[in-house]
Amino acid sequence: MSNLRTPLSQVKGHGSAKDGTSHFWVQRLTAIAMVPLVLWLCFSVASLPGMTQVEIRSWVSQPFTAVLLILLIATGFYHAKLGLQMVIEDYIGNHGPRTAVIIGVTMLCVFMAVLGVFSVMRIAFTA
Amino acid sequence: MAEFRLPANSIVGKGKHYPAPEGATNTRTVKIYRYDPDSGKNPRIDSYDIDMDSCGPMVLDAIIKIKNEMDATLTFRRSCREGICGSCAMNIDGSNTLACTMALADIDGDITIYPLPHQAIIKDLVSDLTHFYAQYASVEPWLKSDSPAPPDRERLQTPEDREKLDGAYECILCACCSTSCPSYWWNSDRYLGPAALLASYRWLADTRDDATGERLDDLEDPFKLYRCHTIMNCAQVCPKGLNPAKAIAETKKMLVERRG
Repeated sequence: MSNLRTPLSQVKGHGSAKDGTSHFWVQRLTAIAMVPLVLWLCFSVASLPGMTQVEIRSWVSQPFTAVLLILLIATGFYHAKLGLQMVIEDYIGNHGPRTAVIIGVTMLCVFMAVLGVFSVMRIAFTA
Repeated sequence: MAEFRLPANSIVGKGKHYPAPEGATNTRTVKIYRYDPDSGKNPRIDSYDIDMDSCGPMVLDAIIKIKNEMDATLTFRRSCREGICGSCAMNIDGSNTLACTMALADIDGDITIYPLPHQAIIKDLVSDLTHFYAQYASVEPWLKSDSPAPPDRERLQTPEDREKLDGAYECILCACCSTSCPSYWWNSDRYLGPAALLASYRWLADTRDDATGERLDDLEDPFKLYRCHTIMNCAQVCPKGLNPAKAIAETKKMLVERRG
């Protein structure tokens, strides 16, 4: 007899977190935002005259391209963080390990996003 | 939580075979999960060859026949035998459904019967639904209104408003939907599951109810509500043809709309 709490008390637990709608909504917004951005990336890369390093650097350094690439990187990693958090919450049941993995994934996504944005800006400002 | 290492008593062994009575020419085999947690033994699958010439058309007829004529120890719930009480919900031929409304003729080959998935077993096909019922109770499935009822008549509703409840009020709480949902398997300690969320939506959609805001407050939670990933098993298995996934989507929509 390890638990004498009533079934209703167990279900109610700590109550509602009053949270989750932002996560749900932003996950969908970033998904929708990525549709035109990814299409633009595919068509732009496909229509490049050549694939040499010089040509790619020249393309990335154009203001319009650089801004859209930065938007794509930021949106993509934000969306990835939200999606991975969902998967982690689904499959890791214990609070401690779950929180640790979510923090780790968040830091990794932030690092990758900043790295991507910095790389685009470096090319844009040094080409 | 996902369980990758299953407990030792989850391994299902081969059980007894009960041959058909002598003289039976038209037989089918029914394979049934048998488990008695009090015995300390592992579950097993018993197989029964039943005489179809003296059996009713539904799966429930077959298991009642088995209990009456072949093996009185077989344990299952049943009551109304017409799909309204929800007692005989079980996993038949790989899908959760009601034994009383599932025709034997609609199943090819042997008939395989397991209890509802991922629930503690009391015995054989009887699973422990205490937690499931507590989740239903937690959404407070009754009319809540601070407005006093008219003294001379019932609370009125337009036919259009009444139509909003269609598809939400018919649930018989058989638990087929919730126990078919992978999110419910992994996180049923916190995720309310499709049945309770459908019951909740039945009151969110009711124009006579004043507690919509409080109800939404209680549901706005990453686990209670947002574990639903629109897998749609709930809608696929519901023996009443309801769509809990749609009700959950409508609830999420209400939560987004009230933000601005």
